[in-house]
Amino acid sequence: MFLVELGLLFLGLSLLGLLSRRLGLSPIPFILVAALALGEGGAVPLSTAAPFVESAAEIGVVLLLLTLGLEFSATELFASLRRHGPSGLVDLALNAPPGFIAGLIIGLPWPGAMALAGITWISSSGIVARLLSDLGRLANRETPAVLSVLVLEDIAMALFLPLLVVALAGGGPAQAVTGVALALGAVLLVLVSAHRHGHRLGRLLAHPDDEQVLLRLFGLTLLVAGLAQAVGASAAVGAFLVGIAVPASLADRARAILGPLRDLFAATFFVSFGLATDPSAVLPVLPVVLVLALVTTVTKIGTGWFAARRDGVATPGRLRAGTALVARGEFSIIIAGLAVAAGLGEVGPVATGYVLVLAVVGPVLARFVEPISSRLLAPRTRASPTPRSVC
Amino acid sequence: MSADCGGPTSRRGFREPLPHERTRQTICHDDAVDLVETLLPGVGIRYELTTRAGLLLGIVVQRAGAVQVVVYDQHDPDRARGVFHLEPEEAEAVAEILGAPRLTQRFADLSREVPGLRSARIALRAGSPFDGRPLGETRARTLTGCSIVAVVRDADIITSPEPPEVLHAGDVLVAIGSQQGLEQLDTLLSGPS
Repeated sequence: MFLVELGLLFLGLSLLGLLSRRLGLSPIPFILVAALALGEGGAVPLSTAAPFVESAAEIGVVLLLLTLGLEFSATELFASLRRHGPSGLVDLALNAPPGFIAGLIIGLPWPGAMALAGITWISSSGIVARLLSDLGRLANRETPAVLSVLVLEDIAMALFLPLLVVALAGGGPAQAVTGVALALGAVLLVLVSAHRHGHRLGRLLAHPDDEQVLLRLFGLTLLVAGLAQAVGASAAVGAFLVGIAVPASLADRARAILGPLRDLFAATFFVSFGLATDPSAVLPVLPVVLVLALVTTVTKIGTGWFAARRDGVATPGRLRAGTALVARGEFSIIIAGLAVAAGLGEVGPVATGYVLVLAVVGPVLARFVEPISSRLLAPRTRASPTPRSVC
Repeated sequence: MSADCGGPTSRRGFREPLPHERTRQTICHDDAVDLVETLLPGVGIRYELTTRAGLLLGIVVQRAGAVQVVVYDQHDPDRARGVFHLEPEEAEAVAEILGAPRLTQRFADLSREVPGLRSARIALRAGSPFDGRPLGETRARTLTGCSIVAVVRDADIITSPEPPEVLHAGDVLVAIGSQQGLEQLDTLLSGPS
């Protein structure tokens, strides 16, 4: 029965993927809804495949963070920090407090509120990057600002996750400071050494055979992630660091090789998260979720507006940047997963509801702001292009 | 920059580069063309160029090799319109039409302009000590005074290669320097015989 259940599960995921692409949305909310139906208290509970899904989910998180690290080079991280550091701070200051306050209001202990702050803070790199490409906005002037905010959020995640892990484990401020100092040290060390000696790791991992690259990189990542977990940091951060350390020359190939594996395990991770959430618990928190979604939609638009304005982009572009950032997805679920694993089961339904709403609303908003803003805000007069003598 | 004026983009068809953007002058015959280069983290690089006819052209080179060529909206110069999408193979084909013959042409011009400056194409032979090593390890500039300005690998041309760029046998290194320096470089690359 195990294989049959798993086979049906993946076939189901394939159909959901088709449906979501047809609608121009991310598959994440669809997977979550389906998993809610399969989990405890759901319509057709999954039985024999559940233990596998749980362990595969752990690998899913590791692979999500590894490929995230592979996306960015140290140069890009430093350039984003220099250019958009203030945007990153505005992002944190606008988007984390609503989650924290909402967490305290619904009676979560402060580590739970902190998890919720992370859930509302971090946009979904996956959804946003796909959206920019689908809408043909890669060449737009506001796009560097949007991508910089995403990069800064990703690097902030590497510091936030260890802090959260310490807080969830009930550690005091001293442990929290140590945890973050360690994480910060590790991130800086990896960034600097990747910059200087990245090609050595590249030589260690590189091989003409794809299978060798896959096994070496996957093995190394699981090893580092496991060690990071053993010393009380987060496995996800270990994986992220491995991703950053891989030199750009190998990163493109590594992404292509790991892509299908990542898709498979990441989907399983979303399923596992949905399975662990009781669908009947989502309904009572829906009012909180909707208010939180509304508030953090506005604050994210504010973030994008601020970042795009720093790049000298005009109003329609600022609105495009803001709405592009609204979508929350995989990272919110990863953060919620940590909280649920630490025994704060109440975070699960809130995060599920929240991601369900914003993973759908974000892309829809980003699509529809374009015709509206250009109609309302574009200048009436045509700018006549001035010929410029070059020399 | 006063942010509320809508930035330098709102009034004109082209704009001056912002402080974070690198302007690159590409020397082509007698004219200088300004290319504004912007890093797109996680995506690639965007180049902007105002043609002499006043058209503002944007080119996004994605890291996997796909290329988008766009022109900007006249009403909203921040927005790309008319996006041409080229898959990596297509981009390569177009680049071959536009680029390859000009690269060598450009260096030929350069060496004519500066007396004593020569350019050479040096192939990295199999068995060279630098096969599989990063460019930086050749210490070419320190030892010979020559600059390696491009690496031609199959159909790819890597211009201004960075020190970590790993060399492979069969690569052709385009170098400029003195006649003597280029000869030294050739000896250096083929290794102790």
